[in-house]
Amino acid sequence: MEFVNVWFILIAVLWIGYFVLDGFDLGVGILLPILGRDDLRRRVMINAIGPVWDGNEVWLLVAGGATFAAFPLWYATMFSGFYLAFFVLLLALILRGVAFEYRSKEDSQSWRNRWDIAIFIGSALPAFLFGVAFGNVIGGSPIEPLPGTDAANAANFNYAGNFFDLLNPFSIAVGLMTLLIFTTHGAIFLALKTSGEVRESARSLIYKIGPLAAVVAVVALLWAQSFSERVAITLPMVLVAALAWLGAIWLTRAGRDGWAFVLSSTTILLAVAALFVGLFPNVMVSSIDSAFNLTIDNASSAGYTLTVMTWVAVIMTPIVVIYQGWTYWVFRKRISTSMIPDQPMAGRSDDRFVSTK
Amino acid sequence: MDVLDLSRWQFGITTVYHFFFVPITLGLVWFVAAFQTMWVVTGREKYLKLTKFFGKLFLINFALGVVTGIVQEFQFGMNWSDYSRFVGDVFGAPLAMEGLLAFFLESTFLGLWIFGWDRLPKKVHLATIWAAAVGTMLSAYFILAANAWMQHPVGFEVDQDTGRAVLNDIGAVLFQNTAIISFFHTMSASFLVAGTGVAAVGAWFLMKNRQIDIFRPAIKVGAVVTLIAAVAVSITGDIDSKIMVQQQPMKMAAAEALYESTTRAPFSVLTVGDVSGENATPILEIPGLLSYLSTGSFDGTVEGINELQARYETEYGAGNYVPNVPITYWGFRLMIGLGMLGAAWSLWALWRYRGGRNPQKGRLFAFSTLFVMLGPLLGISAGWIFTEMGRQPWVVFGQQLTADGVSPSITATDVWISLIGFTLVYGILAIIEVKLILKYIRAGAPETVVEDPFKDAQSNDKLYFAY
Repeated sequence: MEFVNVWFILIAVLWIGYFVLDGFDLGVGILLPILGRDDLRRRVMINAIGPVWDGNEVWLLVAGGATFAAFPLWYATMFSGFYLAFFVLLLALILRGVAFEYRSKEDSQSWRNRWDIAIFIGSALPAFLFGVAFGNVIGGSPIEPLPGTDAANAANFNYAGNFFDLLNPFSIAVGLMTLLIFTTHGAIFLALKTSGEVRESARSLIYKIGPLAAVVAVVALLWAQSFSERVAITLPMVLVAALAWLGAIWLTRAGRDGWAFVLSSTTILLAVAALFVGLFPNVMVSSIDSAFNLTIDNASSAGYTLTVMTWVAVIMTPIVVIYQGWTYWVFRKRISTSMIPDQPMAGRSDDRFVSTK
Repeated sequence: MDVLDLSRWQFGITTVYHFFFVPITLGLVWFVAAFQTMWVVTGREKYLKLTKFFGKLFLINFALGVVTGIVQEFQFGMNWSDYSRFVGDVFGAPLAMEGLLAFFLESTFLGLWIFGWDRLPKKVHLATIWAAAVGTMLSAYFILAANAWMQHPVGFEVDQDTGRAVLNDIGAVLFQNTAIISFFHTMSASFLVAGTGVAAVGAWFLMKNRQIDIFRPAIKVGAVVTLIAAVAVSITGDIDSKIMVQQQPMKMAAAEALYESTTRAPFSVLTVGDVSGENATPILEIPGLLSYLSTGSFDGTVEGINELQARYETEYGAGNYVPNVPITYWGFRLMIGLGMLGAAWSLWALWRYRGGRNPQKGRLFAFSTLFVMLGPLLGISAGWIFTEMGRQPWVVFGQQLTADGVSPSITATDVWISLIGFTLVYGILAIIEVKLILKYIRAGAPETVVEDPFKDAQSNDKLYFAY
């Protein structure tokens, strides 16, 4: 197989890894004001993802870096084209990341409430915007050569629209899909990782928003079939993804939290994979003329770079998966409100910082 | 301002800001690892208390370093898409390697370290901070290799059809002398920054007569590391400047505001008057030092800005190839001066607190202690401003002008919005971060600590650590 194909698959794998893993982190952040009725419950939710969220977010950074290395023209056109959307995304991720670390650093409810808002917005906006970005990549966006340049050289292909062109009906549908799917995925993760009140409220929420997410996702994914290069493969994938989703809800009812999480992860895996399979061999579709599509051939790095990077990826990815997997094993214990120490940051009373007031 | 100027301002502001957190992270993580190791080896509680104290400061700092780092990776594509198109084949590789080899390592193992005190046996938990430290160092290596390629592009050729750089030797990119020396120079400078910080915080506690037994070792370890780092910084800096003279002579000429080629060129420590023009008046000059820094001989000839400009015009066509001279000139001096002040303070601190002494007098020492908490950090920042501004007008030296790298598809309005947005949010976060750092310095080290959190967790249902 040619290396450009390998790298198309690897980029897809990185996005799947990111959406499965950070998907539930984002979901938990969105659910913070909904399920976290008091500070203790909010702390249970935050500590459920505390040890892993940062490692999960690295999947995004690596997806970005890998796109830069393997498909520089894709990276360049997409990141400059979706400029303001990515700016908002960055601000959201900044606030969210800082909020996790800082919210317990002052003993004040108003301080924490402010950071909780940051976590909610910093989670909800990315969950929506990732879908919007994907919708524009797949459904097409106004890409054309710069005026007066060689139309045969993909290095001249640029995004010619503005911020509001990104918010078209299809991409909004995909955005709502990722928003709702991640929210539900987060609730399923909480059902698996917590016990007591938080788990109960997460479970009852799954029954409410799980079906709604299913409806929106089916609409968005069926709509995506109209852009798919190979419906015969992608449509069955979408149908299996939908079945896995219903299975996840059903297994939650049966109390099989672990399997429910496996199935909701499967849904995300299949849905994202279906989008990539339908996109191949394009990497960014032009809504102006298919001659201006960025493809794995015209947007990629040369063979030498791809060979080097393939070796790095083939060796490192399994190692990363193993040690990240170990992290989940280390923190496998369910968390409940009774386990949360009174004093944030400080373990038990014998390890408390002395007040200097 | 147009898209180019706005984008340069934005990249400058966000990068300088990001790089306040980076050297602290790169240096401090090893102090935390060392204190924890000393605790595990000796079993003495004060080392665990130091681990926790500096660990907390480290994490407050690290959080902002991480999130502002994401902006850096995205900005290449967002504001510099033509740069990204031109270099992606070469520059993207170390960036992707940084993610796969370094970011995963540091983030995952820091998560284990923060929350794992009661989940991992003592020695395994200790290993997690070492793994995270290695991750931060690898990250520095890859990004510095990528930057070194912008200073001195190697291991590639330009494809005549597409006009894009194409990698042909990854070994040359990763291991060229520019990359290696820049790594050692930046790492030793980071140790200098963190070392003075640790020692200065320790000295503050001794001056306040608080937790003396805990913080005395911090002064010693911090100051000794600073002094070793200062020697390493000087040696690597000297090698670096000789490499720079060969690869980017214009940068060195600008650093000294040397307009005409000169034999036995002096190094002016301070000047008055107009440093950008030819009529600056030096008030303190060391004869021949610039020649020595540049060529290794006090009698060597250093090329001046005017000769180089003429040479570049023949080589690259008409244009202005002179970087902003005042900024490079003062950046270079601030870098050296502030770093060396940190080293001098460390000597003073070692002398002052030698053999268990704790003199209470000394306003000047107290004042300089507060100053060195920030001084070396501003110094390393000045060094990078010098390095990057001194490369201008190139983004990739000799290959692509900064003006040719900017995104053609974004508007000035777009960049105004993001420039103002980033600056505002960064400003607010800076205030919050400094307040928290000061708060947690004042709070001091924990008075008591759990002997063995892992063992203790068997009989205690509460989490040892939680946000």
